[in-house]
Amino acid sequence: MGLRALLFEHADRDLTKLAEYEKVGGYKALRQALGMEREAIVQEILDSGLRGRGGAGFPAGRKASFLPKAEQRTKPAYLTVNADESEPGTFKDREIMQRIPHAVIEGSLIAAYEIGAEAAFIYLRGEYLSEFEIMRDALEEARSRGLVGANILGTGFDCSIVIHRGAGAYICGEETGLLESLEGKRGQPRPKPPFPAISGLYASPTLINNVETLAAYPFVIRMGGKRYAEIGVQNSAGTRVFSLSGNVVRGGNYELELGTSLRELVFDIGGGVTNGHALKAVIPGGSSVPVLTAAEIDTPLDFDSMATAGSMLGSGAVIVIDDRCCMVQLGLRVAQFYMHESCGKCTPCREGTRWMVSILRKIEEGRASQGELDLLLDVCNRILGNCLCPLGDAAAMPVASYVAKFRSEYQRHIDEGGCPFGGESSLKGLLAPVDQHHAHVREGIEAPA
Amino acid sequence: MSVSDERSLFNEIQEIAAQYPVRRSGIMPALHLAQKKYGWLPPEALREVADALDVSPAYCQAVASFYDMYHLEPVGEHLVEVCTNVSCALVGAQGVLEAFERELGVHAGETTPDGLVTLRAVECAGGCGWGTVVAVDHRYREPVRAEDVAAIVEELSGA
Ligand SMILES: Cc1cc2nc3c(=O)[nH]c(=O)nc-3n(C[C@H](O)[C@H](O)[C@H](O)COP(=O)(O)O)c2cc1C
Ligand code: SF4
Ligand code: FES
Repeated sequence: MGLRALLFEHADRDLTKLAEYEKVGGYKALRQALGMEREAIVQEILDSGLRGRGGAGFPAGRKASFLPKAEQRTKPAYLTVNADESEPGTFKDREIMQRIPHAVIEGSLIAAYEIGAEAAFIYLRGEYLSEFEIMRDALEEARSRGLVGANILGTGFDCSIVIHRGAGAYICGEETGLLESLEGKRGQPRPKPPFPAISGLYASPTLINNVETLAAYPFVIRMGGKRYAEIGVQNSAGTRVFSLSGNVVRGGNYELELGTSLRELVFDIGGGVTNGHALKAVIPGGSSVPVLTAAEIDTPLDFDSMATAGSMLGSGAVIVIDDRCCMVQLGLRVAQFYMHESCGKCTPCREGTRWMVSILRKIEEGRASQGELDLLLDVCNRILGNCLCPLGDAAAMPVASYVAKFRSEYQRHIDEGGCPFGGESSLKGLLAPVDQHHAHVREGIEAPA
Repeated sequence: MSVSDERSLFNEIQEIAAQYPVRRSGIMPALHLAQKKYGWLPPEALREVADALDVSPAYCQAVASFYDMYHLEPVGEHLVEVCTNVSCALVGAQGVLEAFERELGVHAGETTPDGLVTLRAVECAGGCGWGTVVAVDHRYREPVRAEDVAAIVEELSGA
């Protein structure tokens, strides 16, 4: 196991150009798919074992199968492509769009055909300006060649694709927040059910998939679902693009066969910890998942192994943390992010994330009592499972894990009345953004003693 | 703004809105366009968007205020955004931000007195493996170290 290029094969070619992409088999899968029955495509995706690459890891074929059959629909179906990538640590969809924009387009067309949708929307993170230009140009080229729009490849299948640019809101990556935003509203998540497959965009049946999930579609169709399923390990088929960052020598995106060990990624491929420092911890799936300690470095990067280790594969973002990092400061910085990004719709998340930040700040500054450490965990517990969308959990889970796994470090802050790193932690300063939203984030509010 | 400018923004918004099954979906692209025209979103920009889409200016304000990229206050000619989220912070984002503060003479969140540069600290920009990530007018510079900052500021002052 280890590096395995499927998406990132042919790295030497400029695959942003349609002609180059076609030379390496591009749009063959689309031609093939348009000659198949829709149900047969769903079956291939089911057989492939492909699971969502956006965070939750839901089986892609099952999700597509949840949409009502065409004859039972009263409204048109839509495909939405989640290209809002903003989970801290994650930068893989950006490189996928930079390098293989046509795979994203081709996969989207296959998925649209699979569910009988004639319109697809790519919700693209607003900050990704260069990636927007690449996707727009690729789309234009595909359109000019009859691959997008009316009567695609003369088959009678029509499908338009519109790129919708976001404007800076992490919560719009959450699927129902994304739909609200795409409908021209504030991007606040909706209660589920109804699920988007039944009532999504404009209250119509909607399939939402991540960029990387859809970029894998052409490979599944070309190889056949069963052969794709042979890559990787049980319940974790195929390859994933992992984003490696933090205190590591060679940060970057690496496409690996699922089941490769964290050690192989961090040490063999990533070159290990920078400047000879000792490994302290690894966040294996973006800032919202529980942390792993250095002792857990042999955990394989697959869904089941991560679950057994008490964490998650999440968005595939592996953040390496060396021994200079204060875990209270890490908790505070992570909590600040989720407080900032909470949409404010439900109380446990809106208020709970603020409490977390305020208690963590007291602990870091050595002003917290023993009871407040318990209060922090209590707040986390009251958030977990009590929110409308998973953002609340995404704040509580990692912070609770830092306390569980690095309890003595938290305890020392209380016992010693300050940070044991004495201002030398790699995260010192903790500069969280202040922006136009600061007006309604009251800084300095304290949890009652 | 001349009447013809206003007509053209109006027309551009109509074209964009027509791409969607429901016109209201055009509000985010319309706000992006209006911001491009004005540099930020003053009340008249919100009014123009509202007129073009048949919604109220208050509704436009409510939508715009949800998203970090819409500026409801004037900003500088150039926008410098320094990522201070975990991966970048682990490799020295604080030092980079402080260097910008020193070179520009403003704090994060402020604009230089001459109106040239607005400096912001931002959440994860999506380039974590190449930190510290700095976006200058939405073009990413990766990685930026504290010692690279003076040259970037000079480049902006010279431009
Ligand atoms: C707070 C939050 C943020 C999310 N951000 C993203 C994102 O940026 N990109 C993404 O693909 N999925 C994101 N997700 C997951 C989506 O809700 C959804 O599960 C995913 O897009 C489904 O696609 P997939 O099945 O192909 O993974 C986020 C979820 C939550 C709760
Ligand atoms: S959990 Fe947080 S982000 Fe999600 S809906 Fe509730 S307040 Fe909004
Ligand atoms: S943490 Fe800085 S770009 Fe992601």
